[in-house]
Amino acid sequence: MAKKETKKLEYFTDWKYAPAPEATDHIRLQKQYDLFINGKFVKPNSGKYFDTINPATEEKISSIAESNEKDVDTAVKAARTAYDKTWSKMPAKERAKYIYRIARLIQERARELSVIETMDGGKSIRESRDIDIPLAANHFFYYAGWADKLEYAFPNRNPKSLGVAGQVIPWNFPLLMAAWKIAPALATGNTVVLKPAETTSLTALKLAEIIQESGLPDGVVNIITGHGPVGASMVNHKDINKIAFTGSTNVGKWIQKAIAGTDKKLTLELGGKAANIIFEDAPINQAVEGIVNGIFFNQGHVCCAGSRLFVQESVADEVIRKLKDRLETLIVGDPLDKNTDIGAINSKMQLNKINEYLKIGINEGAEMYQSSCSIPKKGFFVRPTLFLNTSQSHRISQEEIFGPVLAIQTFRTVEEVIEKANNIPYGLSAGVWTDKGSRIFNMTSKLRAGVVWANTYNKFDPTSPFGGYKESGFGREGGLHGLMPYLKF
Amino acid sequence: MPYDFRNSPVIDQVGIEERVARFNTRSIKKGSKVQALKLALSMIDLTTLEGKDTEGKVKQMCYKAMHPHDALPGLPGTAAVCVYPTHVKTAKEALKGSSVKVASVSTAFPSGNSTMQIKLADTKFALDNGADEIDMVISRGEFLKGNYDFVFDEIASIKELCKKYDSRLKVIFETGEISTLDNVRRASDIAIYAGADFIKTSTGKIGVAATMPVTLVMLDAIKDYYFRTGTMVGMKPAGGISTAKSALQYLVMLHETLGNAWLDNKWFRFGASSLANDLILQLEKEARGVYFSKDYISVD
Repeated sequence: MAKKETKKLEYFTDWKYAPAPEATDHIRLQKQYDLFINGKFVKPNSGKYFDTINPATEEKISSIAESNEKDVDTAVKAARTAYDKTWSKMPAKERAKYIYRIARLIQERARELSVIETMDGGKSIRESRDIDIPLAANHFFYYAGWADKLEYAFPNRNPKSLGVAGQVIPWNFPLLMAAWKIAPALATGNTVVLKPAETTSLTALKLAEIIQESGLPDGVVNIITGHGPVGASMVNHKDINKIAFTGSTNVGKWIQKAIAGTDKKLTLELGGKAANIIFEDAPINQAVEGIVNGIFFNQGHVCCAGSRLFVQESVADEVIRKLKDRLETLIVGDPLDKNTDIGAINSKMQLNKINEYLKIGINEGAEMYQSSCSIPKKGFFVRPTLFLNTSQSHRISQEEIFGPVLAIQTFRTVEEVIEKANNIPYGLSAGVWTDKGSRIFNMTSKLRAGVVWANTYNKFDPTSPFGGYKESGFGREGGLHGLMPYLKF
Repeated sequence: MPYDFRNSPVIDQVGIEERVARFNTRSIKKGSKVQALKLALSMIDLTTLEGKDTEGKVKQMCYKAMHPHDALPGLPGTAAVCVYPTHVKTAKEALKGSSVKVASVSTAFPSGNSTMQIKLADTKFALDNGADEIDMVISRGEFLKGNYDFVFDEIASIKELCKKYDSRLKVIFETGEISTLDNVRRASDIAIYAGADFIKTSTGKIGVAATMPVTLVMLDAIKDYYFRTGTMVGMKPAGGISTAKSALQYLVMLHETLGNAWLDNKWFRFGASSLANDLILQLEKEARGVYFSKDYISVD
């Protein structure tokens, strides 16, 4: 059965799906967005605004306020006052009601939020509609439930809130990351200053509107926008008790240095380069789906993406042939089209970075394979890409690309694949595909990764903790564990 | 190397269900919808398999198969009619001159609990009367006992007979009875290697009929066989598919699993009795822009 296969199936030639774009006429966006401080939208001190664009069309959507150090200080003061005067004194079950109300309002405005998420960030409407927004609401629901049960979550440990949390979030899951950060902070009785990423501020600002509508006391959540330096001034602000950051490992390292010697608590959720491991006894067709979901979900802009594929040699030909075939059925294009599987790359900068890595891979001697799909002329797009015959020492197998690019290696034995999977500075996630239960448990205990998925990939749930080992960061978000970083005992 | 059916690929049910859910998020609109509705209509095996079937009933159904809805020009006829062996002759005469095929169930349909002689005689009777296609059932009892050779041999024997008449063989697993997806995959491999021209989910005679997960497992088996041998095998989900929406979801799954080559009634059929009228209703709606009463569509 090791015969070389040349047969190819054709898709989308006789039956093309007509465009099915999600309507955008119900979206209400302002021309310009201000900072959300102390329950009100206020102009930035700098008087400056920057454009936010739709990465699928490169057209401007709106202008976003650029904060400076003074704005950060005003926001932190507002959060401190809200903490001292209202939030820390409020009975926990009252806090829960506000969090619950935010969850309900997100659900009510789910359609609007998904469309904006897709317009601003480039991800497919299918994902923002079916994954990002429902999960964001679920995080608020879940943590609303914990607010008045902290004593039960940590019996005899007298959990207490910290004060003001400064939170900096990335552009890959804008609203969802805001939910991951804000929901546990509020449930544990802290107040928040949150900075969304500069390319994807809109849903965070829509969340600010929702927070206003929910009647949450002024200053409990403040949302300030802008570029890197805004985050830096938050990190350096003297009156912040806790920093929570999700983003690149380099920035994470800088933050850790910056807060050394202070009593700020810190959680970091950084990069990853996960091993997705396919054993010969795996359900192969479903494993191929898992590989696709692992690396092409959200255009590969996922810190836990299964970007390194390890296939056991005895099934490597079959898996790769099936993977190439499956690539042809992925629809790449307009993120607002309901049939799009892979949307736009988030920004020009990220597009350049991915293209740079494609060159690196070719120069390193790996064999590049791309889907034959056509990609739109305008906007930032990359074809789903496989690199075959890669080595562990290739940069494309070692470094986080954060795009729809998969580096494929083969392995022979369990020991070999464990060693290779762990031989990386990161340790956020991994995937194991096998029909054998005992092998799953063996692998999960030996893989140095915060999350290990078995016979599935990229599954998220508010009840499940998420976080990394090594250069992927520390601290856990989600689940009961996600409460701890916001508490002192 | 002979194929050992004990080593049929394992199936992860959760993974299959997720894949199906993903197909069902596809949004088929406008021209692509009309195209698919017509395609689905042309893929129907219009079926009547009841104890109370009469010549009159079969004749009426045959006319419907050739002229599903003449009020809307440009509609295809269905692929075939599917009847018991005793009604093959009637159907054959009624369909004379048309492209609609006559399919006959056989091998002691629906239970398959009879001797091989009777199954062969049953099939031969249908073929002698002019059946273009034979829908046989496998012995589920033997299959569940692990007696795969028995099942393989019975399919191969019926196939041998069909070959003499140049008729195509569909093999029904009754997936509701063999129940697990691993079993469905194994039965698919057995039938395909034994020479089935089509593999088919169900008889329509028990509670659980065709489902998308089961059909996907069977399509995957067809695909693996195609890549191994270059030979195409057809697929027929039967029972329980009664709405146009559901038919479109099946077609999306077929299209994105096996590609353009299978988008043809030579390779894909719906075993259904009431699906045709819902397809017609939707086609009329696409043509007129409004729904109208079901009283405008004949119920044969």
